[in-house]
Amino acid sequence: MAERRVLLRGGTVVDGTGSRKADVLVVGSVIGEVAADLGAGPRGALVLDAEGCVVTPGLVDVHTHLREPGGEESETIESGARAAALGGYTAVVAMPNTTPAADSADVVRYVLDQARSACCHVQPAGCITVGREGKVLAPMAEMAALGVRLFTDDGTGVQDPSLMRRALEYASSLGAVVAQHCEDASLAGAGCMNEGEWSSRLGLPGRPSLSEDVMVVRDLALARLTGARVHLMHLSSARSVEAVRQAKAAGLANVSAEATPHHLSLTEALLGSYDPVFKVNPPLRTPADVEALRHGLSDGTIDVIGTDHAPHPPEAKQVPMCEAAPGMIGLETALSVVLTDLGLPIERVLALMSWQPARLVGLTESQGGPIVPGAAANICVIDLARRWTVDPARLASRSRNTPFAGRALTGRSRHTLYAGEPVVVGEEAQR
Amino acid sequence: MSEARHLLSINDLGAEGIDEVLRLADTFVEVGRRPIPRVPALRGKTVVLSFFEDSTRTRMSFEAAAKRLSADVMTFAASASSLNKGESLLDTVRNIEAMGVDAFVVRHACAGVPTQVAGWLAGASVINAGDGAHEHPTQALLDCFTLSRERAGRLGVSPARPRVLEGLQVAIVGDVRHSRVARSDVAAFTALGAAVTLVAPPTLLPPSLEGWPVEVSHDLSSVLVKCDVVYLLRIQAERMREQYLPTLREYTATYGLTAGRARLLSPGALVMHPGPVCRGVELAAEVADSPASVITAQVANGIAVRMAVLYMLLGSGTALAAGGANDG
Repeated sequence: MAERRVLLRGGTVVDGTGSRKADVLVVGSVIGEVAADLGAGPRGALVLDAEGCVVTPGLVDVHTHLREPGGEESETIESGARAAALGGYTAVVAMPNTTPAADSADVVRYVLDQARSACCHVQPAGCITVGREGKVLAPMAEMAALGVRLFTDDGTGVQDPSLMRRALEYASSLGAVVAQHCEDASLAGAGCMNEGEWSSRLGLPGRPSLSEDVMVVRDLALARLTGARVHLMHLSSARSVEAVRQAKAAGLANVSAEATPHHLSLTEALLGSYDPVFKVNPPLRTPADVEALRHGLSDGTIDVIGTDHAPHPPEAKQVPMCEAAPGMIGLETALSVVLTDLGLPIERVLALMSWQPARLVGLTESQGGPIVPGAAANICVIDLARRWTVDPARLASRSRNTPFAGRALTGRSRHTLYAGEPVVVGEEAQR
Repeated sequence: MSEARHLLSINDLGAEGIDEVLRLADTFVEVGRRPIPRVPALRGKTVVLSFFEDSTRTRMSFEAAAKRLSADVMTFAASASSLNKGESLLDTVRNIEAMGVDAFVVRHACAGVPTQVAGWLAGASVINAGDGAHEHPTQALLDCFTLSRERAGRLGVSPARPRVLEGLQVAIVGDVRHSRVARSDVAAFTALGAAVTLVAPPTLLPPSLEGWPVEVSHDLSSVLVKCDVVYLLRIQAERMREQYLPTLREYTATYGLTAGRARLLSPGALVMHPGPVCRGVELAAEVADSPASVITAQVANGIAVRMAVLYMLLGSGTALAAGGANDG
């Protein structure tokens, strides 16, 4: 049986080892050849135009809500993985705040089953506590045995410091990372936007950045104590970035930090429209916070860009601000927003969105590695010059809650190969 | 200004818009004194009172205002609605609009709902009758109207002159943090030239006052001796999810307008309150009932001011049917 051959022609290969002009021939599910000019490739090869493009290991998102099981009206593993592939991702970590929550081997197995035919790798995450209730530890070893490498109660943080300490101690033997949604629930209260100048004027209850800061500081102390791998999700405040910077400078090596495209590019002023599409936890904050996050990206304080892709149906968003579900989708816009708004060199962007996240969740065998013969063919081809405008109706996600509707962006993923299969060709999903 | 379709915030009006409302309201006061207090200005128009949060005074005031303009009035009571059957606010509002409605008067416990509703409607006007801790623009307009008339009466000047509150010292006292009235009043009073001092314990001030054209004090007595108007706010227990005050007793002792503290007011100073008053908490009964209090005038003026707002948004633009009457 002839194996599928795909030739990516005319691009510049960029990976963790550097960049060079090269064609890439994919044979079956692995990379067959990387060379300056492979001509038209072997007979029968599918030739994909990468002229002027960057050919790179596929992006990896450590923070995706796929909503299945239980929230299929807003997203499924299939639709979310398709959105991911269109955004240039070849792997996503599926958050466990589903219904039921992924707090047991059974639910993890269900996600793995559903993920088998998805158009990117879907790595289930597991809950830290049963039902994400923050009371009883979930059976982490059982889930780790099925391949779970990241545990989180994302959506809410683990409030009880004593329970968080035990979770870290327990997880430290499992080769897993414990990822925290950093918000102190008591300080966050019923707030639906950042507390400050805008919330005071708009009369909306606020979530102070303090609620993030105190939990980040607490978890840094717990990471120091336990030595466990701690990942601080979606940082949004200047002070928490500074706390992580200082902890790392003091030698704390078992901590990583994440920022989202929306916290890196949008501010609380958008809530002035009272449009719940801009409601998210942690909330959009001030221009000074955005600056601090960007600084954290460039100096290495922040290790990964995660999307926190959080689909919601219209009926959860077209309601009063106080009742609206928090969260925004991001898989199909993340790369473009980062390329357009942050002005980072492409190598840095890809480190933050591909190989560093792959390393974080232990996927380096098949994801984020160098583009060399024999490596798994999880690849995306990025057209850095492509200009496009975000039209929510044309997104592949089942949900439409993007805060970037109507935004003109520059740079977009053109082709995506997952395990050698061209799942996206010319910005179109192939299945 | 007269082109505006909605009244969502005092900022929609600006000083000129406020002046226009006050001028219109002045003509409508006379209508209320007629044996049959009614003009045909909005005949054929339908106004829906959609109160998703309890209200007595504001709802009845809008109802009276609409009826005096001969509009048809429908009342929507959230407790008896299909919201209880799971229908969304969006569907509820669109269904009501489909019945042929010209204006929605909206009150909701969550800030921003009138703005959202305005975005959902095809053509009807929205009047904000109080949204969460955001704004209550018609309350601020009736407060300005009341102040301008009282002031004009005392100084013998026309209540309709621009920047009629120029130089006035106003103290707003109490739960500013949770008060939509305070936000609208600060915007309206300062737009008309008054100087505003907020007086409250730090827990009852907004988290940030960046950009607010106000002074702040935590010492009521020192403010009372130099203010022309003291505007008291109710302590809104229903919005207090956390502990903002040790006890109401301590609040009254430190920030209440007690009979003793009221004696610090200069002669001619006015006492205002948006209602409902919690007697004995923020305001002593004998002060509420004293000649300094214009609380009932506020309520009475509310109807004329709301007639003005309805007329401005829904009126045909032809000459006012009140016939150019004035209340001289």
